[in-house]
Amino acid sequence: MASDSIVAETATRIFRDLCDPQTVTSAADERWKGPAWTQLEEAGLTLAWVPAELGGAGADLADGFAILRQTGRFAVPLPIAETLLAGWLLARANISSPRGAMACTARAGHPVSLTANGSLSGRLRAVPFGRAARHLALLARRESGDWAVVLVETGAARIVDGSSLAGDPLDAVTLDGIRPVAVKDAPAGLHDAVMLMGATMRAMQMAGALEAILDAAVTYANERVAFERPIAKFQAVQHNLARLAGETAVAMAAAGSAADALASSSAVPRGEEDLAVFLEAAAAKIRVGEAAGEGAAIAHQVLGAIGFTKEHTLHRFTQRLWTWRDDFGSESHWAVQLGRHVAANGADALWPMLAAR
Amino acid sequence: MATELTFDPLRLPPECVALRREVRAFLAEEIEAGTFNPHQADNDQGYSEEFSRKVGARGWIGMTWPKPYGGRERSFLERYVVTEEFRVANAPVRLHFIADRQSGPVLLKYASERVKADVLPRICRGEVCFAIGMSEPNSGSDLFAASTRATKTDGGWLVNGTKVWTSNAHHAHYMIGLFRTSPATKENRRHGLTQFLVDMKTPGITVNPIYQMTGQHDFNEVVFQDAFMPDDHVLGEVDGAWKQATSELAYERSGPERFLETYYVLTELVRVLGEKPDIRGAEGLGRLVAQVHALRRMSVSVAGMLHAGKEPVVEAAIVKDLGTIWEQKLPHRARDLAAFAEAEAANRATFEEHLAFATQIAPKLTIQGGTTEILRGIIARGLGLR
Ligand SMILES: Cc1cc2nc3c(=O)[nH]c(=O)nc-3n(C[C@H](O)[C@H](O)[C@H](O)COP(=O)(O)OP(=O)(O)OC[C@H]3O[C@@H](n4cnc5c(N)ncnc54)[C@H](O)[C@@H]3O)c2cc1C
Repeated sequence: MASDSIVAETATRIFRDLCDPQTVTSAADERWKGPAWTQLEEAGLTLAWVPAELGGAGADLADGFAILRQTGRFAVPLPIAETLLAGWLLARANISSPRGAMACTARAGHPVSLTANGSLSGRLRAVPFGRAARHLALLARRESGDWAVVLVETGAARIVDGSSLAGDPLDAVTLDGIRPVAVKDAPAGLHDAVMLMGATMRAMQMAGALEAILDAAVTYANERVAFERPIAKFQAVQHNLARLAGETAVAMAAAGSAADALASSSAVPRGEEDLAVFLEAAAAKIRVGEAAGEGAAIAHQVLGAIGFTKEHTLHRFTQRLWTWRDDFGSESHWAVQLGRHVAANGADALWPMLAAR
Repeated sequence: MATELTFDPLRLPPECVALRREVRAFLAEEIEAGTFNPHQADNDQGYSEEFSRKVGARGWIGMTWPKPYGGRERSFLERYVVTEEFRVANAPVRLHFIADRQSGPVLLKYASERVKADVLPRICRGEVCFAIGMSEPNSGSDLFAASTRATKTDGGWLVNGTKVWTSNAHHAHYMIGLFRTSPATKENRRHGLTQFLVDMKTPGITVNPIYQMTGQHDFNEVVFQDAFMPDDHVLGEVDGAWKQATSELAYERSGPERFLETYYVLTELVRVLGEKPDIRGAEGLGRLVAQVHALRRMSVSVAGMLHAGKEPVVEAAIVKDLGTIWEQKLPHRARDLAAFAEAEAANRATFEEHLAFATQIAPKLTIQGGTTEILRGIIARGLGLR
């Protein structure tokens, strides 16, 4: 894992200094967000996946995934992941990234369409950080059936505010009649690829958040005294924490493996055609999503009532774990995809597929 | 972070890819030749002299050991490939598996030169079967309660007592036994146990079968009555076995056999569900595949750490904990998922046979080689909780 890369270190430093979960929890308002975003942007972190000639920092995919892991570790309530992915998507079609926060959606269901006169039509139901972003990057379908990458100013869209379980924007965005500020043809396979990237991205964030709650729960268990000893000495508590460590470990392994698979594949791995990336990303989103649910429940159990308060930082992680499970395909979504794929290829193809990774 | 767990996304190197091809070709030939049936989960408990000798001739037993002892000095990652391919093919490896995984490495580290030169090459040729003599009627998870005694005598030791649950003892040529040579001390309750190489032909050793709930004969009771062990069969330090056990455990706990034991159920489940499963079948299957993929990636990652000379004790315990629970649940999940599948599926009978077998053996998976509770204790210690 590239957690020791300079990029990841910079991200960690900025998160620690400006949006540590405790700071964010105790902040009276959201004024901290501006300076934090500016620093991240100036350090080139928000456009890490955009080549220099398109306005970004031109870092490796691995570096971006290391940043994402840190966004999970700090439960950062800023659209860093969304901006990273939007920049990546735009770059696939050679569109320069604008400054400022971006949102990015990809979904399997009803696509947004791009009409012959160049305007969009469609409604996106749940866009993470929609109203917080200046731009929205997405794939829209032309009447010919081909896909185009489009960049939209969110100011032009009709937005109905919504909220994720973590209290971050999760908005309904209506694009009817809007003209994108940039449109380019999408390379073949990009529609599947952006889902796989988004899934891996959320898996990485969840793995980071699980690391953080394991750490918090272990620290708490060693400090909290009940029946005249630290609760860490009770075997039932130890076994809960051992299970949490197991779920965290499997999340890190699965997310890290998927990120590595993407980082070492071609620029646009082709959905099911690129079997390796499909297996890795789908499996990561499924298994890490499962770990998120299990892990959050265990951490809450270990922390007792204090972990159930607004004042404590635990919810910053657990609420994000729950909500991140749903983005870019839930466990159920990917499990059906993966299950159908395995079934269609037959029993004898399963082991070779697994062993090839 | 107080708790640093690492699972780097290790990829098996190119020599492993070539080896895998070779192993698969070998297995296909042997299946073709009728040496074993891959569709039989219960391969007469998988003991085959013919097969083990052939594997030995290929150089795939003790393959990481030094050449002078019959090894091939290949990497631990290459051994990983052989192990997983054999496991998934239901190959009958019982004769040599324990010796290859556990007993050989102990001998390499602690046996006298004479013993090494005598025994290791025969392991590599697939000729000798090993048993592990640790558990006793009053000593299971708590190994340090072992009371089978070895008493010093002229030129060696006399052993008296009883080992139980000893897998393979009825086939085994040797056992690595854990015997009490001194009482435990106040300061160290682990003190006083010594590892011995036991020649199973030694007079005074009786092996009695203990039948398992499946009806199989797989483990045994081994009774020692004044059985003589020569001095040079002591392995390592007298009274100091507790210092020797730990490093092998990471090998023993993190291998592919710790989550692939019931894999045949998954294969048959795919067949029973057919090419176009309903949404419930597809989702259930997808989750199982994601879970086993994640386990394998963890297990390969631990193999990489071992390969790099690290001692990932906690990581290995995590792999065994998650892996054995997964393989134990697998037959039950498969049963659920197959509930509405085509009753006339071509492999229905095979599926049900495999399911019945796996369901019955499933309870042992979280007991043998360290129970779930013991593993979680080890993980908790690694987390700094005890
Ligand atoms: C199929 C099979 C093959 C085996 N083969 C061999 C072999 O070849 N050689 C050999 O030496 N042994 C072998 N064993 C024995 C195996 O190692 C033991 O069964 C195992 O270590 C547990 O010991 P036990 O059965 O005495 O259970 P116990 O130790 O009595 O445990 C019973 C229950 O209590 C729990 N428990 C015990 N101590 C604690 C604790 N400190 N905290 C919390 N819970 C605890 C256990 O987790 C378990 O749930 C085999 C076992 C099986 C099932």
